[in-house]
Amino acid sequence: MSEELHPREREGVVNPVVRAPDDESERGQDGRRLDHAEGTSKPIKAPAQREPQPRGAKIRGDRPIDQGEAAERFLAAPLHAAAHDERLWDLRRKRDNAAHGIPEWEELRELASQIKQHTLSNLDAYLEQFEAAAKANGVHVHWARDGADHNRIVLGILRDHGAKTLVKSKSMLTEECGFRHFMEGEGVEIIETDLGERIQQLDNEEPSHVVVPAAHKTRFDVAEVFARTLGTDPDNDDAHYLAESQRETTRPYILNADAGLTGCNFAVAETGTVVTCTNEGNADLSGNVPKLQIHSIGIEKLIPCVEHLGVFLRILARSALGSPITQYTSHFRGPRAGTEMHYVLVDNGRAARLGMEAFWTSLKCIRCGACMNTCPVYRRSGGLSYGATYAGPIGLIIDPTFNKRKYSTLPFSSTMNGSCTNVCPVKINIHEQIFAWRKVLAEEHQIPMLKQGMMKAAGAVLSRPAAYRAAIGAADSALKVLPRFAVYNPLNTWGKKREMPDAPRQSFHAWYKENRMKDGAK
Amino acid sequence: MSARDAILAEIRKNRPAGDHPLPEVPLFTPLVGDDLVAEFGERLKRMGGRIAEPGADDVFAGVRERLDGAKVVASAVPELAGNRDLKAVARPRDVDDVDVAVVRAVFGIAETGSVLFTQDQLVVNAVAYLAQHLVVLLDPADILPNVQAAYRRPEFGQAAYAVLHTGPSATADIEGVLIHGAQGVRSLTVVLQPRATA
Repeated sequence: MSEELHPREREGVVNPVVRAPDDESERGQDGRRLDHAEGTSKPIKAPAQREPQPRGAKIRGDRPIDQGEAAERFLAAPLHAAAHDERLWDLRRKRDNAAHGIPEWEELRELASQIKQHTLSNLDAYLEQFEAAAKANGVHVHWARDGADHNRIVLGILRDHGAKTLVKSKSMLTEECGFRHFMEGEGVEIIETDLGERIQQLDNEEPSHVVVPAAHKTRFDVAEVFARTLGTDPDNDDAHYLAESQRETTRPYILNADAGLTGCNFAVAETGTVVTCTNEGNADLSGNVPKLQIHSIGIEKLIPCVEHLGVFLRILARSALGSPITQYTSHFRGPRAGTEMHYVLVDNGRAARLGMEAFWTSLKCIRCGACMNTCPVYRRSGGLSYGATYAGPIGLIIDPTFNKRKYSTLPFSSTMNGSCTNVCPVKINIHEQIFAWRKVLAEEHQIPMLKQGMMKAAGAVLSRPAAYRAAIGAADSALKVLPRFAVYNPLNTWGKKREMPDAPRQSFHAWYKENRMKDGAK
Repeated sequence: MSARDAILAEIRKNRPAGDHPLPEVPLFTPLVGDDLVAEFGERLKRMGGRIAEPGADDVFAGVRERLDGAKVVASAVPELAGNRDLKAVARPRDVDDVDVAVVRAVFGIAETGSVLFTQDQLVVNAVAYLAQHLVVLLDPADILPNVQAAYRRPEFGQAAYAVLHTGPSATADIEGVLIHGAQGVRSLTVVLQPRATA
């Protein structure tokens, strides 16, 4: 038959084994190609060539991260750079299709935004309600001021139960807390069960993306990591073989673990429920197999009622994956018979962020990753180049709240194209907050001299809309002056190889003034 | 001051300015047509699940091959005996050898192709993930039009554990190549079978 039916040969896989003849992963019951979960909308045609994986930003204590330097190394690995760009842009396109399929999409975004803003401005009351409901359901509730507090509390729970091994599902919060590294030092074995996260754990790297943690790695990189750590065939880079190897080697840990831990996508105040959204079912394994289950919850995850899940669930997976829903949406509300269930509510800077007038709405974030997928800087530099827990546009506005000095340069890693704001399902004004951070960091002298000079010039123009428009109006000269400050600069290497787009003959504002206002005057 | 009180105090001190009322969530028109069964099946297939019609004299005709090829079948439904009694399972990990688990869904959602289980349907929650394959009985009359309708159901406020399954366990963490059976079941097949009338 047609080549279409033999994708393995077409993809040029080195070892076309493992997949059973009746494998249903690629095509559904109706014979159509499947692209749910994080699946691509078309077969990957990554070249069968090897290239060393570019590593992330160099971390030197509190010294400012040089994202540009790491981005330069990423771009110097063309196979990785191209595959990364293509993969995430595909996710972005899937997201567009899913969003366009819902007539009320914009209304859902507005509702989600309002529900979050309401909850955040009454967070004390909702946290108390959540705590009371959870306790009534038989859940133990703990409060952690910061990451260290969280780690100590979890360690305490584990020690109380003599627990030495813990399986966990993906949780950006525990990444924030440095949970794995801390537990290593305490002699507790932590096993990540999400495939992407497990790859990153075995390679001793942080996740590079909030939804697809190993998006920056090719199958060859994964084959190398698994061969080195799991003893798989180094020459077999078939994704099925690699995934199956991880499944088979992780299962015994899941069965024997003393404790399980998950993160939290939504915490429902009304019912005391923790909701997780996964594709692999690993949160359900972590929560349902061991005798002890722990859920780590960022305090901004609260929503008032179950009814509101009907808003958030409809936008989360569509924004993240372009799927109507994740494979699993799990609602943990009370312990199983004979087991213990613990919640750890973690602040770690969130309560402080609530008081930052320009930045508190970043707490609305539901970690879908849409802003990362759409960001030209992120796609071209890889998540690890940010040297922070959160990469991409959302990272630029969250990371400095954790460490102003270390992440002082990150808000400059943006083209300010506003695409992040446009795709954000909870309507965070991301690009405006990026610009606001530039100002704050300049005022607090957190920016290196070079960038401060740029800020001064850019600030003078950008702070006055009329001047901004006048500059834009003189298109050619404006593109030479303004974007070199606000958009590209010598340290932002991801801007290299990219030419500035031709300036439109007329800016929107000028067009509007000339046409619409004229029309109105008719 | 306890961490709890310190966090709550800081939240109160930092309460954002402005009025942020909780919006009324309108009832959205379902995106699916009137034939909920067909819509459900179509969405489920797009999410990697399968639909099997019950046979004239064998409810499980569509999955008979899978059941016959299984060594260990754990059934939580009266329609099938199975050979592993879930009620007698001591520890969740003991169901790791189950080849096929058979459970009934509380309801389905046409918008997404999802089915809901609580601890009552699963008996041992872990079996829905540790088994190699999952067969789900769903009464066509139990299909709701959309996610919003699902979250108006009482189960979410009552069950200790409630979970929506939409197709099988899946991953595409390596180069976006879609793979079923990441950590959980390798396949999920829904058999549209009305509930036995009590």
